[in-house]
Amino acid sequence: MWDYTDKVNEHFRNPHNAGKVENPDGEGQVGSLACGDALKLMFKLDDEGRISEAKFQTFGCASAIASSSALTDIIIGKTIEEAEKITNKDIVDYLGGLPKQKIHCSVMGREALEAAIYNYRTGKKWDKQVEGEVICHCFSVTDKEIEKAILENDVKTVEDLTDTCKAGGGCGNCLPELQTIIDRVRGEQAVASAEPKVNSITNLQKIHLIEDVIDREVRPALRQDGGDLELVDVDGDTVKVRFRGACSGCVVSAITLKDVVEARLKENVSQDVVVEEVK
Amino acid sequence: MKMVYLDNNATTQIADEVREAILPFLTDLWGNPSSMHTFGGQIKKHVETAREQVAALIGAADPREITFTSCGSESNNLAIRGGAEAMDKPPHVITSKVEHAAVSGPCHYLEDRGFRLTKLDVDEKGRLDVETLRREVKAGKSLTSIMWANNETGMIFPVGLIGEMVHEFGGIFHTDGVQAVGKIPMKISELPIDMLSLSGHKLHAPKGVGALYIRRGTKVKPLVLGGHQERGRRAGTENVPYIVGLGVACDLAAKHMEEETTRVKDMRDRLETGILETCPGARLNGDPKGRLPNTTNISFDYIEGEAILLMLDDKGICASTGSACASGSLEPSHVLRAMQVHGMSVHGSIRFSFSTYNTDEDVDAVLTELPKIVQRLRELSPFV
Repeated sequence: MWDYTDKVNEHFRNPHNAGKVENPDGEGQVGSLACGDALKLMFKLDDEGRISEAKFQTFGCASAIASSSALTDIIIGKTIEEAEKITNKDIVDYLGGLPKQKIHCSVMGREALEAAIYNYRTGKKWDKQVEGEVICHCFSVTDKEIEKAILENDVKTVEDLTDTCKAGGGCGNCLPELQTIIDRVRGEQAVASAEPKVNSITNLQKIHLIEDVIDREVRPALRQDGGDLELVDVDGDTVKVRFRGACSGCVVSAITLKDVVEARLKENVSQDVVVEEVK
Repeated sequence: MKMVYLDNNATTQIADEVREAILPFLTDLWGNPSSMHTFGGQIKKHVETAREQVAALIGAADPREITFTSCGSESNNLAIRGGAEAMDKPPHVITSKVEHAAVSGPCHYLEDRGFRLTKLDVDEKGRLDVETLRREVKAGKSLTSIMWANNETGMIFPVGLIGEMVHEFGGIFHTDGVQAVGKIPMKISELPIDMLSLSGHKLHAPKGVGALYIRRGTKVKPLVLGGHQERGRRAGTENVPYIVGLGVACDLAAKHMEEETTRVKDMRDRLETGILETCPGARLNGDPKGRLPNTTNISFDYIEGEAILLMLDDKGICASTGSACASGSLEPSHVLRAMQVHGMSVHGSIRFSFSTYNTDEDVDAVLTELPKIVQRLRELSPFV
């Protein structure tokens, strides 16, 4: 027995916008009978380019039907550019959550939207295999889709990946390859997030970070020798501090300033930090 | 809303007679059947009566051939693992592709430990590939485990024929009879079957008790060690209340056997015919001949099983599905896949399974609600 939210139950039992749109501006179908679920999405735009009508037809379980219904609710009133930004997580959130093993139903919703927008723009039928190489042959999932699923849903394990986009849920032959893709994508993600570090944080966050480093890594060492230090100001990359206790007036305080305080801040905050002493 | 329970192959309601028989053993009669004193010793008689009742239902020659276990799964594990390990040299393990996980699990366990494993196909009607079996049993002594009747489709396998083939080449034959016992008459003493598993909760006893028939002379290495109970085949103080319950349930099943093959079968047939006639895209899975009298498995083209099941549930109707979505896996039922059920209907299968507690009103309820549900889901489907 699945633990569906009230919202899922409501959308499954009384789906919104079920049916067909006459002469749609965009139409896309994803999934298949063999896969166990399929969704056809159709929409029409008004004079201002907003989606005025959206309807779906779905073959699938309760959460597939509910996800389709939610998708149509979400996109109605949006422009194509706005609709394009919708992710499967938006569908999940709209429904108040989906069981872990049913996340792929929301992914199917996002894919159908992608397919319908592609059809609107090109007039052609979307063929998902044109983008990327099929990795999971049981469910025809491409590397591009797998990468997208990993990034959008913070996928950490192959099991999570299967729940999200079905890849690996059949014969299991692709499981080692899926692991490789997860490792690669998460590796790239880690590097990307490590690089900007301080540059991407606000000035306030930077000040908090500097305070934190001084409290954790600098002051305990100084206190051992009966000294102390306080943060006076932060001006761009210039950090102004004042020595206290045994440190103030200590002959080696200049060395302490560079070798201890500045070194720690360069390591933890930014290579550009310069520390100055305020007497 | 009255519940319409048509999922008796999953579990059954506990019969009043069974519950009444159990209660004294949960109140006054709590002694240990192994004790030397009168208080405990008297309990043993009740356990032995239950053993006779189980033996009588399946037609065993000697009640000592019955070993009580905790469930059907344990019986299957004891037969397959215990049976294989007791053979002179590692046997060739033969089974089918449509077994319950409680059989395929221990078979794969043996395969992982170096035993050769062969899994037989079934055809599109769910009938076993007996010709391959005929070839495979010649390849050395086998431990063959083939179910008597399939839980999803109700298909009955020719256990007499299978047993003869296995015995001809010195092998041992175990059958998982969990779905068959109590639903079809059997006289095991006259059949070439060495071991048979059965489960209490499939025949109106509680969950947590089962039995394994082990023909006299068949060697089995126990899985649970540490006591002399069950003639050394399963250590552990007996689950006396439930063993007593299982005995009474077997008695009842013997009494209801005729009804099972007449009234229950009639209800099943009426439901099946009604669904096939009134629901568009409905098709029967399995062969209408050679089935359990209580089971029907029907697929609905272009719609999905979990959705059907939940809408039935809204109407108080309990059934089950082989759909992938309902199980949490992505693959539909291994039984329907082995039968190569067509892609457009493999995800839309519903099983209805009856017991003697069902009534004609239950059939009427399904025949009223199901066509509407099928219609509604077909309207939603992009394939219709």
